[in-house]
Amino acid sequence: MFRPRNKRQIPPLNPKHRLAVLLPVRNNEVHASAAELNSDQPPVRRIRSVYLLGLILVFGVSAFAAETQGGADHPSILKTILIWTPLLIKGFGFNILISFMSMAIGTVIGACLGVLQISLLPPIRLSSRVLTQFFRNSPWLVLLFYCMFMLPFEINIGGLRIPFPDWIKAVIGLSLPVMANVSEIVRGAVNSIPSGQWEASESLAFTRRQQIWLIILPQCYKRMLPPWMNLYAILTMATVLASIVGVEEVMTLAGQVLAADGRPELLVPIYSFVLVWFFVYCYPIARWTIRLERKYAVKS
Amino acid sequence: MPENIDKSETDPIVCLADVNQSFGDTQVIKGISFDVAKGEVICIIGPSGSGKSTLLRCINGLIEIDSGSIKVKDMEVHAPHLDKLALRKLVGMVFQQYNLFPHKTALQNIMMAPIHVLRQDAAEVKERAYQLMKKVRLGGKEDFYPGELSGGQQQRVAIARSLAMNPEVMLFDEVTAALDPETVKEVLVTIRDLAEEGMTCLLVTHEMGFARELADHMYFTDNGVIVEHGPPRKFFEAPEDPRTKEFLSQIL
Repeated sequence: MFRPRNKRQIPPLNPKHRLAVLLPVRNNEVHASAAELNSDQPPVRRIRSVYLLGLILVFGVSAFAAETQGGADHPSILKTILIWTPLLIKGFGFNILISFMSMAIGTVIGACLGVLQISLLPPIRLSSRVLTQFFRNSPWLVLLFYCMFMLPFEINIGGLRIPFPDWIKAVIGLSLPVMANVSEIVRGAVNSIPSGQWEASESLAFTRRQQIWLIILPQCYKRMLPPWMNLYAILTMATVLASIVGVEEVMTLAGQVLAADGRPELLVPIYSFVLVWFFVYCYPIARWTIRLERKYAVKS
Repeated sequence: MPENIDKSETDPIVCLADVNQSFGDTQVIKGISFDVAKGEVICIIGPSGSGKSTLLRCINGLIEIDSGSIKVKDMEVHAPHLDKLALRKLVGMVFQQYNLFPHKTALQNIMMAPIHVLRQDAAEVKERAYQLMKKVRLGGKEDFYPGELSGGQQQRVAIARSLAMNPEVMLFDEVTAALDPETVKEVLVTIRDLAEEGMTCLLVTHEMGFARELADHMYFTDNGVIVEHGPPRKFFEAPEDPRTKEFLSQIL
């Protein structure tokens, strides 16, 4: 498992930097993802490639500005960033790992929950609906905190000890809102199938289970793919929340780099650098999503 | 007034007695009774919202009734422990919107129910599906998806799909209402072929010419009751009830 802590000596965090700089940035992230989730319009649509240029520009200008301010006794900003890049890339890889695992867990459980939401048995239908709505309407960060502090650091099952490191807790914490959103995607897709499909399959004597698995769900996969990918992009951007609870992902490491270097003029270039990576990773997903949406819209 | 209609001497295969059905506070069917003899073709006409489609859906158990009784070949449709599989093997239904499964080819649409519901041998089912495609004059279109077929062709696949269950009664719910005029005929011809083979058919339709030609008995429903019924010749030429007269004058 990836454990950067064991390999590097990183000076302790400068508490000033943490509070003054990092928190507002993260707060924005929370608001953005919450707003994105609640709006029907896929937010990633608004992203244009000019943003990338803008980001690179900010990165370049800030690096250049920092350069002119810095004294001769320091290595150049670009050089400094280059030195830290391998570390930051490892952190970013950790973000991707968290996003993959949260998405996998959230999708599997959420798909089951979504199918339960269309159950004919009122207790099952209602409880799964309540569960879905609860996690869908909770702030991601609060869920993350809950998992951090409520889950034990290890579980004993009959002598078998399963450790629960922080990053696993973060994966679980992030998979909860993913689960709820996937559940809603499944329910929405099932509801979007014309009722005639249910009638026709019922009149052909298919059982309820057969109707769902043979007739309804196979028609849903295509409809579910674009919103599911959209959710993944949002999740990836939300993985930086894990930094608040101490997981050593890219934001945490960026903060540590800043603290270690001690130059305030490095602040904007470093975070711009991180932003560019997220953009480069998420933007193709957004484009692909839009292409799939168009493709399936034409067919149906 | 509900009334039982005495048909020919043959045993009725579908028997409705004082059927009532409502959605919430709206009563859609108000005490309808009639019998359909085996091999008979009946046509139900009436203004929209008069409960025609609901009536057909009650006959194959898609919609529950409030009171009364519907029997299909000695099977009480709304009995608490109905064998739904047995009922739906007996009664096939074709819908206005075809309702083919869009993710399956025409042939697969026909094969699905026999394979998954009746658990018949796949090879035999396939062979019969090919025959059914020929029967509805769509030989060669087996591997087309519903989206690649015209409305009339889709509707004929839907008929073939119902026939694959070997039903003894077929329900047709305004099967030509969503079709282009030029494809209506091919669907009607398919239904006529079926009727001539002796299939018991219950049609809800607006195709008056077709009804007149094919039906053994006509029913006119309005506002949840049977207003008038009779053999087509008398029904169309000398309707008695003013509502029937008005409806026919509007539509013919």
